[in-house]
Amino acid sequence: MNEYMNAETPLPFPQRHTLDQLSLLQPATVLAIEAPMQTPEWQCWLEEIGFLPGETVAILARGAPGGDPLVVRVGDSTFALRRAEAACVVLENM
Amino acid sequence: MKESVIHVYRGGPLVALVGNPNCGKTALFNLLTGSRQKVANYAGVTVERKEGRLVSAAGKALRVLDLPGAYSLHPRSPDERVTCDVLYGRAVGEKRPDLVVCVVDATQLRRNLRLVLAVKRLGLPCLVALNMVDLAAQRGLKVDAQALSRELGVPVVPTIAVKGDGADALRDMLGDADVWRQAREAAGGPATTAAQSETRADHQVVRDILQRLGLDAAIPHLTSDRIDRAVLHPVFGPLLLAVLLFLIFQAVFAWAEAPMGWIEAGTAWLGNAAGSALADGWFRSLIVDGIIAGTGGVFVFLPQIVILFFFILVLEESGYLPRAAFLLDRLMGGVGLSGRSFIPLLSSFACAIPGIMAARTIANPRDRLVTIMIAPLMTCSARLPVYALLIGAFIPRREVWGGIELQGLVLFGLYLAGIVSALLVAWVLKKFTSRGQVRTLMMELPTYHWPRLRNVAIGLWQRVEIFIRRVGGIILVLTVLLWFLASFPGPPAGATGPAIEYSLAGTLGRALAVVFEPIGFNWQISIALVPGLAAREVAVSALGTVYALSAAADDTAKALTPLITQSWSLATAFSLLAWYVFAPMCLATLATIKRETGGWTMPLLAAGYLFAMAYAASFITYRMALWLGG
Repeated sequence: MNEYMNAETPLPFPQRHTLDQLSLLQPATVLAIEAPMQTPEWQCWLEEIGFLPGETVAILARGAPGGDPLVVRVGDSTFALRRAEAACVVLENM
Repeated sequence: MKESVIHVYRGGPLVALVGNPNCGKTALFNLLTGSRQKVANYAGVTVERKEGRLVSAAGKALRVLDLPGAYSLHPRSPDERVTCDVLYGRAVGEKRPDLVVCVVDATQLRRNLRLVLAVKRLGLPCLVALNMVDLAAQRGLKVDAQALSRELGVPVVPTIAVKGDGADALRDMLGDADVWRQAREAAGGPATTAAQSETRADHQVVRDILQRLGLDAAIPHLTSDRIDRAVLHPVFGPLLLAVLLFLIFQAVFAWAEAPMGWIEAGTAWLGNAAGSALADGWFRSLIVDGIIAGTGGVFVFLPQIVILFFFILVLEESGYLPRAAFLLDRLMGGVGLSGRSFIPLLSSFACAIPGIMAARTIANPRDRLVTIMIAPLMTCSARLPVYALLIGAFIPRREVWGGIELQGLVLFGLYLAGIVSALLVAWVLKKFTSRGQVRTLMMELPTYHWPRLRNVAIGLWQRVEIFIRRVGGIILVLTVLLWFLASFPGPPAGATGPAIEYSLAGTLGRALAVVFEPIGFNWQISIALVPGLAAREVAVSALGTVYALSAAADDTAKALTPLITQSWSLATAFSLLAWYVFAPMCLATLATIKRETGGWTMPLLAAGYLFAMAYAASFITYRMALWLGG
């Protein structure tokens, strides 16, 4: 499963607070979307399905095993995201 | 991928339905045009443009296009590209729409309204159909259509696409010349292409609008979330999925028993009646051995197909399917696919053709191709009669632990064998073609709703219609053709064996049997495999005809099951079951693969690998069964 590992490589932001690290059912606010180099199109795609600055997000469920993928509530919609995809969603600090 | 250009209806202004996936475009389209296109509760049911005709109260005829759902006007997968091409006026053989009806899910305004802004920017006249206003009201959202219309600058009409009269207001609007003028004036400006940064700007505009209308508070999805806590539970969720699938296959056998008995009795009665009413001769043989024994042998499986589809339709309607895709995403990831391939593959249980079409919703081109290639391994409903015949003939009807039917268990096993081999093929392909691939899930999980009886009933009726048309069409034609081949030329004078052995079919069957003898197929099976290429069920009707004609001095149409129980070894039966797990596919599937991949390479490759796998699997099964003393 190497191809997923690549996509999950964290970007060089030391205290980046991202959606995949959120605990279950804890609401947070989107700050920005930062797609990894390999998949620049994710930025646009995530924004189009509603991951936009200021929107409220929360994790509703995690898949087993390994907690991947995630079920995420964003605004009024529910989406299944891979962890690598959720890691692109940078959150405001609480 | 090619779009076929068929104009069902000529002339008249063109109206296109556009909106986010799963916002109810097709349901609305069906109401407006009286069509019966498939609707279900998941994103990506519609993957091609569909055309219908609407006649307004004033007698004005409009052409209406139903388009695949899209989140934006930057297509990410082939189905969204269909929509964008039509809106930009790039679609082959189709003019740019004269009016766009933006269908908006009233419970998801934040996301849905952004697309309206994008469509407006294209310079196309548009109006907004505010759909699912009933669900929004249930959640306490009162959307003021007039206020929204003022904010957006386009006409807004509330609709409830699942209610019979829910589109009447929209129909009136489409027939109203004032509305068209208003929409055209609002469109005014020149078309601009959408830039990426506009998503954020549009988001701000939508937020401001919703704030002014008092609709900006997020509404919790209480019931849906409660169901999801169980269905998506890391341990309980997958268990529930497995139990659900298992119960479906149990039901296919257990519930179908009685109606199948009636059909069998009816067929036997008809055969006897026709046999005694008609004079002895070739005509009686054609009717009794050819048509009644052949088509009756397939028709008897109608109850099982109805039961299978009942469950599939209920799952589709409820919104469970994308959840199942979520639960299986990790497993699919292991073989180099994503949860996105799940719905196309599940559709292939009905028939590989809609499954291959549904692969258009997959953004990654490699994944889409792999999904298309393994779709024929999913057990399509045309294979069910073959399985059911062999299981009925060779697997004893008895219960193993606690009420579980052995026959249902074997059927479940065969479906599982198809799934496992599909995953295996995907895994092998991953080793060769998956380097550096990144695949995207980003899949919407819709709110659950109760399956609507009307939709399930229409869906079931459509399956029954398709099945009866197949039995009365291609299956009947091939059966009659086979009867001719199996009856002529007649036996020479003084021949001792049944006439069929001297016929064209008998000769051809014996020639093919040389190839198939190592895997345990006799000449009767070999000959039945040939028409099975056109439609898999025909293998059953062909066996019915071949055995009816082989049964010397017995003129009544006999049930096929006892005949093959007597004349085949267990090893042969298992070998044929193994063959049909892979079943070198039907010609219609190959034609669909050619159209969707745009060339002959993929269909030839698919036919080749499936034939090789079928032969290998049958060979191993047959030899093992013989060795174990079958």
